[in-house]
Amino acid sequence: MSGRSNGLRAYALLYLLFLYAPILLLPLFAFNSGTIIAFPLQGFTTDWFTQMWGNPTLRRALSNSLIIAVSASVMATCLGVFAARATTRFTFPGKGGIMGFIMLPMVLPEIIVAMSLLVVLLGLGIELSILTVILGHTLICMPYGIAILSTAFSSLDRSLEEAAYDLGETKWGAFRLITLPLVMPGIISSLLISFTISLDEFIIAFFLAGTEPTLPTYIFSQLRFPKQIPSIMALGTVLVALSILLLGIGEYFRRRGIARMGGKNGGGFL
Amino acid sequence: MIASRDQRPETARPMIECNEIQKYYGDYHALRGIDLVIREGEFFSLLGPSGCGKTTLLRTIAGFEGISSGAVLIDGKHMENVPANSRPTNMVFQSYAIFPHLTVAQNVAFGLRRDPRGKSEKAALVEEALAMVGLRGYGGRAAHALSGGQRQRVALARALILKPKVLLLDEPLSALDRKMREQMQVELIKLQRQVGITFVLVTHDQEEALVMSDRIAVMFDGEIAQLDEPETLYARPKDRRVADFIGVMNFLPAQITREADGIVSVDVPGLGPVELPESQVSRANPDDSGPVLGFRPETMTLLTPGQSSQHARETDVVIDEVVYYGDMTYYDLRLEGTQHTVRISMRNVFGRDVQSVGTKARVAWSPGSLVLFR
Repeated sequence: MSGRSNGLRAYALLYLLFLYAPILLLPLFAFNSGTIIAFPLQGFTTDWFTQMWGNPTLRRALSNSLIIAVSASVMATCLGVFAARATTRFTFPGKGGIMGFIMLPMVLPEIIVAMSLLVVLLGLGIELSILTVILGHTLICMPYGIAILSTAFSSLDRSLEEAAYDLGETKWGAFRLITLPLVMPGIISSLLISFTISLDEFIIAFFLAGTEPTLPTYIFSQLRFPKQIPSIMALGTVLVALSILLLGIGEYFRRRGIARMGGKNGGGFL
Repeated sequence: MIASRDQRPETARPMIECNEIQKYYGDYHALRGIDLVIREGEFFSLLGPSGCGKTTLLRTIAGFEGISSGAVLIDGKHMENVPANSRPTNMVFQSYAIFPHLTVAQNVAFGLRRDPRGKSEKAALVEEALAMVGLRGYGGRAAHALSGGQRQRVALARALILKPKVLLLDEPLSALDRKMREQMQVELIKLQRQVGITFVLVTHDQEEALVMSDRIAVMFDGEIAQLDEPETLYARPKDRRVADFIGVMNFLPAQITREADGIVSVDVPGLGPVELPESQVSRANPDDSGPVLGFRPETMTLLTPGQSSQHARETDVVIDEVVYYGDMTYYDLRLEGTQHTVRISMRNVFGRDVQSVGTKARVAWSPGSLVLFR
């Protein structure tokens, strides 16, 4: 009995180690003064962060990625709200088919989406820029947003909105005052998921950005130069910290949402 | 039962008028020509099995559903172009639809958002409404922390604070347990008398409708089968569906022997010949093979040996089954000389013994409590 549970414990430990140890190496080498990524560690330094911040291409890539991720997540979530509300509240002809096509990019190989978008955009004569990346990212983020938002909308009693309307509110007022606050945890989850997906997306960004760098494409291009690797490590460290912060915010809002509705926390992020 | 009925004269002003309402969902004919007048200050119930159109009718009155043809008038005004948020009606939903992210007070005050009155005045109104439903001091509580009965009260306060002309209640008690439901029935009646607002209740529970209503419309398949006061509905159902739906009724095959001068003479195996006036003749179901005689379980009395009855008629029976309920005993009786079994109920009063299975006995009854369905 105890032998078996010890075995499982060891398995779980190894599993977690395999998952997170590489990520722990990032900050380790980001603060290491040696230029080669290898043990033993040399001394402590923050030079790589300074170097990273002093690199104009990297800063441009970072700002591009942030603009793209924020725009794509906001657009995907807004469109997701429309779609999720429509599918959970109304029946209309072709609903299943329409939803199927909207959700398809989730399982479609990204390379196919990226290539076909590139062909269409070039065919239409649209110049490649971060705007085209935003469109592509909105397309691939939307299914995730809809999946999250549909759950939020479908767990909502539809007579709530009717009650608000019955009590004299307008349709928009009923939505704003009742539905929106109640699905807010879902909206925040959708924004965060979309933001994360967009931030580390490589293929579409690589195909559609033209000459503009994004973080993933920039990092990929720099990996060829060993000298750059420590500052890439510093960048990775910043991104990990940022992700943890975002997840923490998301979890905080999720728990607050559940507590306000009087539900029990079932565990699990988002 | 609560005797509130005779307080409302027949001449009370019509509050809701439904004229020839037809409603289609695609091919489905949900309401088939509803004609209905609900009077001011009345406690009115729409009763029927699920799918009969009662909720659809309530929602057309509320303005949530459009109608295919016909008209709805509330307080004499046409409601055709009046949306739900501008009608003088408020609704208590089946799920109560309490806003879970707001406090009790915020829920109750929700309808006052567009009211120009000041904050303190509104707070006083909220407190008054909460007191009316027995929730004084609950204003600060989170709505999601309330019990089912309390949610119901908040829903009532939230609707009544707007002083609507009509309060619509969609199966408001179906989510409560039995004890709570019976308590709320009485409270609703009291509340309705206190505020004097017209209440329209939708329910599938015939007992609930009988207890609470001044008048009841029984609906089947999108039509009103009968609209009457509870006593009439129970004692003189106009057709067999209504008789089946409300309470328990025994049915025996009957043979019509003579019809003259408004009197129908029938022969019933086990009971013998009976003469019934037209007022005791109702419509049978289309699938009935012939005329059927019906009576309620409590209209026959099981006589103790040697007891004489004040009723006109007596019949020999054999006791087939005895079901003891504490305050009541149900007897399944086989009518002597037939294979027909009927169920009667007897109140267990002091000194009356429960009779045992297999014994021969006599029941007393009177033709005045019979209904013929033909």
